Amino acid sequence: MASAAQSKSVTKFAPHVRAAEVSSAASAKEAALRFQISDLNFFYGPKQAVFGLNLKIPANKVTALIGPSGCGKSTFLRTLNRMNETIRNTRVAGEILLDGQSIHGMDVVGLRRRVGMVFQRPNPFPKSIYDNVAYGLRINGYKGRLDDLVEHSLKRAALWEEVKDYLHKSAFALSGGQQQRLCIARALAVDPEVLLLDEPCSALDPVTTAKIEELMFQLKDSCTMAIVTHNMQQAARASDFTAFMLDGKLIEHSETPKLFTTPTDPRTEAYITGRFG
Amino acid sequence: MSKLRLAWRKSLNGVMLTLTGVAAFAVVAVLFVILGYLIWNGGTSLNLAFFTQLPRGEGETGGGMANAIVGSLKLLFLAAVIGLPVGLLAGVYLAEFGGKTFAFITRYTTDLLNGAPSIVIGLFAFSVAVLPVKHFSVMAGGVALGVMVIPITVRSTEEFLRAIPNSLREGAMALGANKWKTIATVIIPAASGGIITGMLLSLARVAGETAPLIFTAFGNQYSNTGWSQPIASLPVMIYTYALGPYDDWHRQAWAAGLVLLALVLIANIGCRLILNRKGSARSI
Repeated sequence: MASAAQSKSVTKFAPHVRAAEVSSAASAKEAALRFQISDLNFFYGPKQAVFGLNLKIPANKVTALIGPSGCGKSTFLRTLNRMNETIRNTRVAGEILLDGQSIHGMDVVGLRRRVGMVFQRPNPFPKSIYDNVAYGLRINGYKGRLDDLVEHSLKRAALWEEVKDYLHKSAFALSGGQQQRLCIARALAVDPEVLLLDEPCSALDPVTTAKIEELMFQLKDSCTMAIVTHNMQQAARASDFTAFMLDGKLIEHSETPKLFTTPTDPRTEAYITGRFG
Repeated sequence: MSKLRLAWRKSLNGVMLTLTGVAAFAVVAVLFVILGYLIWNGGTSLNLAFFTQLPRGEGETGGGMANAIVGSLKLLFLAAVIGLPVGLLAGVYLAEFGGKTFAFITRYTTDLLNGAPSIVIGLFAFSVAVLPVKHFSVMAGGVALGVMVIPITVRSTEEFLRAIPNSLREGAMALGANKWKTIATVIIPAASGGIITGMLLSLARVAGETAPLIFTAFGNQYSNTGWSQPIASLPVMIYTYALGPYDDWHRQAWAAGLVLLALVLIANIGCRLILNRKGSARSI
C-alpha cells in the first residue's frame, strides 16, 4: 500500500525530474555522459529504498548527492559499482548504463576496477602504506613496475610528500585525513574512470576536508566523481551538479549553483535552507 | 528511618564489594597455589637429566622423561596437522560464508563437540585408529587430540574474523577482489594474531589431556622414532608415576606437571604478546 502511494508520487514529481534533466543535459552538452540511470528501483528484502530514479552523471564532473539521512543516497551510490550485491537479500530493478553498457551485464570485477569507491570512514587495510596502494594492482594481476604506480597514485591523492619516507610503515600510523587520502590513492591506483565517494569527509576536520575537496577538483581531469554528502556547503563548493533525494526519490537535479540559488521544488528549498533534515 | 536505610545500603555495598573482591582473589590464588605446589614438589627433580634421559627401570632412582617430552611434542604436532586446518577453514566458513540453517547446525555441533568428554573422544579414536590396526600408536593419539583441537579452533577463528570490521571487506571488494581473495589477502591477515592465538591455546589445552591418550597412544618406557608405535606422553607419565609406589616417581610426576603447566603458561603469555604487538600496531 505504501509503495503504491510512493510510486504515485514519483509520477507526480516527474515534471521536476524531467526539467532537471533538460537543464543538466543542456549544460552538459560538451561533457560526455558517464552514467545513465533509468527507472532504478532498489529493495532491501521487502523494503524499497530507491524509487524510479532517473539520473545522468556527466563525465569529468563532480555530481553531489544530498538529502537527509536514510533518503537512499548511499544506497543509490552503491548500486553504481554493485556493492549492494554483497548484502544479502537485496534486489535491483532498472537500468544503469556505464558508457552506454549495462553494468549488470558486466563482470563485476571489471566494473569495480572502472568504478572505484571511497567510504565514509577511512578503511585502510592493516598493511603498509605501499601495500595498501598496491593492493588493487596486485589482485588484478598487474605485472608492470609497482613502485612507479604507487608513487604516481600517492601523488594524485596529494599524499606522496607526506609519506614518501614511510612507505613501509603501517597505514594505521597515519592520521585520519591521511588515511582517507590513502584510501583515495588506493582507489586511484587501478586508474578508475569513476570515483564514488560516500561521505568521504564526515569523519574529518575542516582543514583535511578542504584538502580532499581540492583533490577532487584536481582529479576532474581524469575522473568522474559522484559524492554523497551531508554537508551542503561541501556540495555547493565542490560539485558541478547536485541531485537532491528524499525518501528514496530523486526530487531535483541540476547544476549546483542553480539548485542552491533557484531550486524548483519547494522541498529542495526547504532542505537547503535548513528547514528539515 | 532514612538514616537507617542509608546505613544499611552502605553496609550492603561494602559487603558485596568485599565478596566480589574475595572471589576474584580466590581465582588468582588457585593458580598460584597450584604453581607453588608444583614448584615445591617437582622443582628439585627438574634437572638436565629430566629432559635428556629415558626413564630408569622400576624402583631405580634418577632418569628422566625425555621420551615423554618428545612424545608429547609429536602428539601435538599430529594434533595440529589434523585439527588446525579443519578448524581454520570451518571457522572461515562460519564467519564469512555460513547460511542460516547450516551455520547454526555447525556452530551448535561444534559447541557439543567442545563439551564432549575427552574420554569419549579417546574411545572414538580407539575405534577408528587402534582397532583396525590392532595396536596403539602415536597416530591414534594424534587423531584423538586433533579431534579435540577442531572445535576450539573453529570458534576462536570465527570470533576473531567476525571482529574484523565490515568496512575492510567492502574496501577490498570495491577494488575488484572476489570474496575468497578478500578473505585470504585482507581479512585473515588482519585477524592472524587472534587466529594464531586461538590455535596455540587449543594446542596448549589438549597438551594436558590424559584420558584420550591412555587407550590410543598408550605409553612407552622407551623412545621411538616412528609414528605407528605406542608412545609416552607427559600427562600419561604423570598418571602412571603418580600412582606408582616409588617416591622418586612421585617427584618426577610433580616435575612433569610443572613442565606441562609451564608449557601452557608460556603459550598463553606468548599469545598475549603477539596480540599486544598486533594491537599496538593498530593504534599508533
